[in-house]
Amino acid sequence: MNTNSNVYTIVYTTIIVVIAAAILAIAAMALKPKQDANIKAETISQMLTAAGFSSKEDLAKLGNDQILKMYSDNVKTAFLIDAKGNKTGELETAVGDIELQDNLKVENKNIAAGDPQLPVYVFEKDGAEINVVPVYGAGLWGPIWGYVAFDANCEKIVGAYFDHESETPGLGAKIKDEAWFREQFVGKKVDFAKPDDSFDIIKGGAPKDDAFAVDAITGATMTCNGLDAALDTWFKAYMPFLQKKAGAAGVDEGACCGDGCGGESCSGEGHCGNCNHEHNHQEG
Amino acid sequence: MNEDLKKTLLNPIFKGNPITVLVLGICSSLAVTVQLKGALVMALSVIIVTGLSSFVVSLLRNSIPNRVRIIVQLVVVAMMVILVDQVLRAYAYSIDKQLSVYIGLIITNCIVMGRIEAFALGNKPIPSLLDGLANGAGYGMILVIVAFFRELLGSGTLLGFRVLPESYVPNNLVILPPMALILLGCIVWVQRSIQKDLQEK
Repeated sequence: MNTNSNVYTIVYTTIIVVIAAAILAIAAMALKPKQDANIKAETISQMLTAAGFSSKEDLAKLGNDQILKMYSDNVKTAFLIDAKGNKTGELETAVGDIELQDNLKVENKNIAAGDPQLPVYVFEKDGAEINVVPVYGAGLWGPIWGYVAFDANCEKIVGAYFDHESETPGLGAKIKDEAWFREQFVGKKVDFAKPDDSFDIIKGGAPKDDAFAVDAITGATMTCNGLDAALDTWFKAYMPFLQKKAGAAGVDEGACCGDGCGGESCSGEGHCGNCNHEHNHQEG
Repeated sequence: MNEDLKKTLLNPIFKGNPITVLVLGICSSLAVTVQLKGALVMALSVIIVTGLSSFVVSLLRNSIPNRVRIIVQLVVVAMMVILVDQVLRAYAYSIDKQLSVYIGLIITNCIVMGRIEAFALGNKPIPSLLDGLANGAGYGMILVIVAFFRELLGSGTLLGFRVLPESYVPNNLVILPPMALILLGCIVWVQRSIQKDLQEK
């Protein structure tokens, strides 16, 4: 048989490709449940790390079942909210059928469209509530996401965990790898007075008295800008909810000027509008 | 075992090692050797991919149209790599996350395509399988040696267990890729001083 004829070549490659596709499709279908379980456990362990129940390293040593159980034991309630911060649905938290709203990519689009269904996971630790919310955005090479934990009044951040799909190892990947980066978020606040730019990651170092900003990572400008934008977008979407929580606790929204920006930036305006950080968005 | 098979099996481990002699697959050997565990999984993945790809291509070798043989080889290699990636994602998720980019990059690892072109297209399936496995093992051996020193000196641990005393201050330079290249150079140096016939005049 002439293996170099056009007809043979076309038929041959078609058959090979169809066979390869069939094998891959079968493998993908057979392994999907196991992979989904892994992804669920991974998502939950990111939340548990952000909320301060354990560290990612310790959780990695546990089996999927133990992680799910830890979640069930510590979570108080989990629910969905709409763009106005109103509760629209519950998420199941019993160990057998834990529900997560973990398709953040879709919600990211819905936030832009103004009609998101955002999850809030309320944990209970040492008698106090911890509200964990996700963030999602674009890094340099692919998506970046994470979980931010707020205290009971949603005033202060008590923990955070970030992850990425394909940021540069040793540079952008440090948002996940370097503990100091996420530890900076502890004690920081979301700036309710500036809904469009409520949190900053500042290259060259955030001012010490700035309660709404953390230091960026050297050599990872694009990743940090992406994370900054992700935090701004998602905090804005959660803002009605966060404000309701903070308002219920009797917090004066204007209080941010006092400890947030330092005295001088409040002059005249009476809000934090002057408190602009000098951003350096240039690559360097 | 006859002489030919023995040579097929042993040559890639030392005398014709894909990394130190043929200088293939350097990229991934710098990237995944920070931890011994990652290096072991990567080594195993490459052994499986090179072995099975060579075997399958060798089975098809008389029917592959010459004009599209690279494409057919790529389809086979890509399929194997995706299968390995899927299995790891299901059974070793944390390692898969750590290695994800590099598992995908096995497709472009010159060792795989190189052995298919140089060996599997002209030999029977069983010798091709052994050649693929042996080349993967030669690659994996270097990976494990480099990772051994990098994890030992860079973190003071082996496979996550602390072996050096707490008083040892981890050398951060060893964790960075340049040190992997230097270590690789040292291995090439050692090999060439043992095997004089590799030295250029």
